[in-house]
Amino acid sequence: MAFGPYLLLATLEGLVTAAVLALMALGLSLVFGVMRVVNVAHGEFYMLGAVLAWWFASLVTGHPAIGFLLALVLSPLVVAAIAFVAERLVLSRLNYEPEATIVATIGLLYIIQQLALTFYGPEARPVQAPFDMRISLPWFGYSAYKLAVIAASILMMLATWFALTRTKIGLVMRATQYDRETAQAFGIPVGRVYAGVFALGAALAAVAAVLIVPIQQAHYLMGLDPLLLSFIVVIIGGLGSLRGTVVAAILIGLSDGIISMFFSPTLAKMLATLLVALVLVFRPQGLFGTVAR
Amino acid sequence: MAAVTPLLSTRGLSRSFGGLKAVREVDFALPEGQIRAIIGPNGAGKTTFVSLVCGRILPSSGSVVFDGRDVSRLPAHKRVRAGIAYTFQITSIFSNLTVFDNVALAAQRHLLDDRQARPTARALEEDGMAALEKTGLADFAERRAGNLAYGHQRLLEVAMGLALKPRLLILDEPTQGLSDGEIDSFVALVREIGREATVLLIEHNMDVVMALAERITVMDQGCILAEGTPEEIRADKAVQQAYLGG
Amino acid sequence: MTNAKSLWLHAAVILLLFALNFLLPEYHRGIFSRVMVLAVFAMGYNLAFGYTGLLSLGHAMFFAAGLYGAGLTVYHLGWSIWPALGAGLLAGTLLALVVGFLALRTTGVAFMIVTLMFAQVFYLTTLYFTTYTRGEEGLVLPQAMRTLALPGASFSLTDPATRYMAALALLTIVLGLTLILVRSPYGRALIAIRENEERMRMLGYDVFANKLASVVISGLICAAAGAAYAVLFGYVGSGFASIQYSILPLLWVLLGGGATTLGPLIGTLFMFYIIDTASDYTTAYLLVVGLALILLILYFPKGIAGTVRERWLPWLP
Repeated sequence: MAFGPYLLLATLEGLVTAAVLALMALGLSLVFGVMRVVNVAHGEFYMLGAVLAWWFASLVTGHPAIGFLLALVLSPLVVAAIAFVAERLVLSRLNYEPEATIVATIGLLYIIQQLALTFYGPEARPVQAPFDMRISLPWFGYSAYKLAVIAASILMMLATWFALTRTKIGLVMRATQYDRETAQAFGIPVGRVYAGVFALGAALAAVAAVLIVPIQQAHYLMGLDPLLLSFIVVIIGGLGSLRGTVVAAILIGLSDGIISMFFSPTLAKMLATLLVALVLVFRPQGLFGTVAR
Repeated sequence: MAAVTPLLSTRGLSRSFGGLKAVREVDFALPEGQIRAIIGPNGAGKTTFVSLVCGRILPSSGSVVFDGRDVSRLPAHKRVRAGIAYTFQITSIFSNLTVFDNVALAAQRHLLDDRQARPTARALEEDGMAALEKTGLADFAERRAGNLAYGHQRLLEVAMGLALKPRLLILDEPTQGLSDGEIDSFVALVREIGREATVLLIEHNMDVVMALAERITVMDQGCILAEGTPEEIRADKAVQQAYLGG
Repeated sequence: MTNAKSLWLHAAVILLLFALNFLLPEYHRGIFSRVMVLAVFAMGYNLAFGYTGLLSLGHAMFFAAGLYGAGLTVYHLGWSIWPALGAGLLAGTLLALVVGFLALRTTGVAFMIVTLMFAQVFYLTTLYFTTYTRGEEGLVLPQAMRTLALPGASFSLTDPATRYMAALALLTIVLGLTLILVRSPYGRALIAIRENEERMRMLGYDVFANKLASVVISGLICAAAGAAYAVLFGYVGSGFASIQYSILPLLWVLLGGGATTLGPLIGTLFMFYIIDTASDYTTAYLLVVGLALILLILYFPKGIAGTVRERWLPWLP
């Protein structure tokens, strides 16, 4: 294959990564933005979303689309419910003290991961794509499902953006983000808003996971890499800046796709991680963020 | 008499935050041994000014000269070691440590820098307790600092400043929130301190200012409006208008 | 007075560990050897996290730097034990100096993420140079090379009793060093920085330099544990550089009690046995790590030694 088509393939793969990554990072960014909580268990919500997707899909027989759609609806809901409970039981009792919450979410990470190992097992299992179609380009055929993932991710992000900027729920969330005490004084149930945001963040990770399981299999250790990548995205995009998060996800997804086509993926990850650590050291507001208000 | 080099002087000292000029072009001189008060309405730039002096914030332009040496670019901790001590407007102590440990940390810094002394347990004990006795906190030495009454916490702030054995002690609204009785003993304390060190005092309570200050500097909107003896300031028309509500 | 009490206590702990060499059954003696080395790792972590208040999520890299510094020089260059240990210490100290210098420009959450990422880079590096490190699979140091030469005698570190004594010697040195350090003016300054950084700056302390020194000493101790682990147990693998080994010392210190000299040892010992027991029943034994972290942070944030100090023995260092 000539260089041009090769690059096109890498770009398409990169866009799929970016699409999934953007959703997941959006969840992480939302939780950090509103609650100032770094959720280390975010990758496990993603893993849980994938594992549950397999489980729901395996419950029904018939056309694979039925199982997939069932998973797409139910898996994020269950994950959100679990996150909601975890927030009420653990994080709220720590009063969102940053270091304590990090330790607690590390604990959560192990609990979710090890429970998945216990009940789901160490195998990797696929979910069948809802449709099996290849779009033939002049040089190679490309999975239509992967393109649908990109479209679905864009839709989800637009929906989130709409909810945040145009609805009352979004207003309440932004008010809480801006000033917790004042929001409380205005009768906003800050505790429930926090739990809701935490659940929403987890649900976004779960949606990302359901979208990815027809491409990558569900496995109990699948959460770590996306977690680190989401950290990278959120930091590059500027902590708490949603627009920056999306831009950074595309940047990281594309460069990940393209670089790992041409270089060893380990080297690519090494350099990317180092670069991001240095960004955080020398430009803590991120590449796209502005200095804190 | 020939002009004595002041202990502290600033030239053209300015600092802006965003568009707001908190301190502009301040020329200021403080001779050694004086007790000086800085007064002015809220937002006049008093705290910003002393923060520039002690290095908590860096100037946008202008210079700070302490003891004949330009310290404008020196980080705060080096200025403290040069002899500028600062007590916080909002009480800032080590709540979880004992009262003695609080002053010992200050005394230790001083002892570490003093080439003749060593931070032995005994030297620490002596210097720390001396600072506590001066401020009347000796009886509370073993108490957890966070459990002290508010007035005593303010005194602990001053005790920590004293244990540094500074040449210039900056007190940022030290009497805020103190009762009348506490204020009286505080005035006596600062007078005592003034025998050994130069004192720069930001204060709202005019009785305290009039009782202590040898000279007063009035700030308004980031500039020095007037400077003089308490009598002169009291008589100054501009000051009355801007500040005393005259 | 209190000085003498705490000295006696520490001496008693060391004596007890010495006696256990002759009393413990073989299996548990093996565990104790390992626990003592890992406790040194925890003590190093405790200096940064417990005493200075720096929550790092990347200390595995310092342990692994010691591990690889010693392991690779023995395996590939055929160095003997002493210079290999020196290489491990040097590697860990230099790494801590560089990482500390960069990471300490940040604070709080950013510090945690930056340390996590540097550690991840280190981990990926060990995977990338798999020709030399054999990655996750790791290297096994040949038994013949694990001989410790002392004046007049030489010991094989594969012998369980020698291994136990070598681990105890390391533990004794580091425990003594920690005790001296935290009671020194420098140790008091670290604690005060943890309590109120801004006030320390305005008392004339160079906060950055003090923190950097804390990270470097902490890295040095962790590297010592890593280097000792390599030569005592003869195995060097990427797993020790993974995130899990950054989280474990945090857990050990939290359980035993942060900012206490003996807490890391207590925490490591307890946790090791808890995990050991759990792994008899389930492959998902890391579940207890998760549960322990959450329960500790919710209900027992001062840990075992911290609670003992608070309730009964205020003189505990």
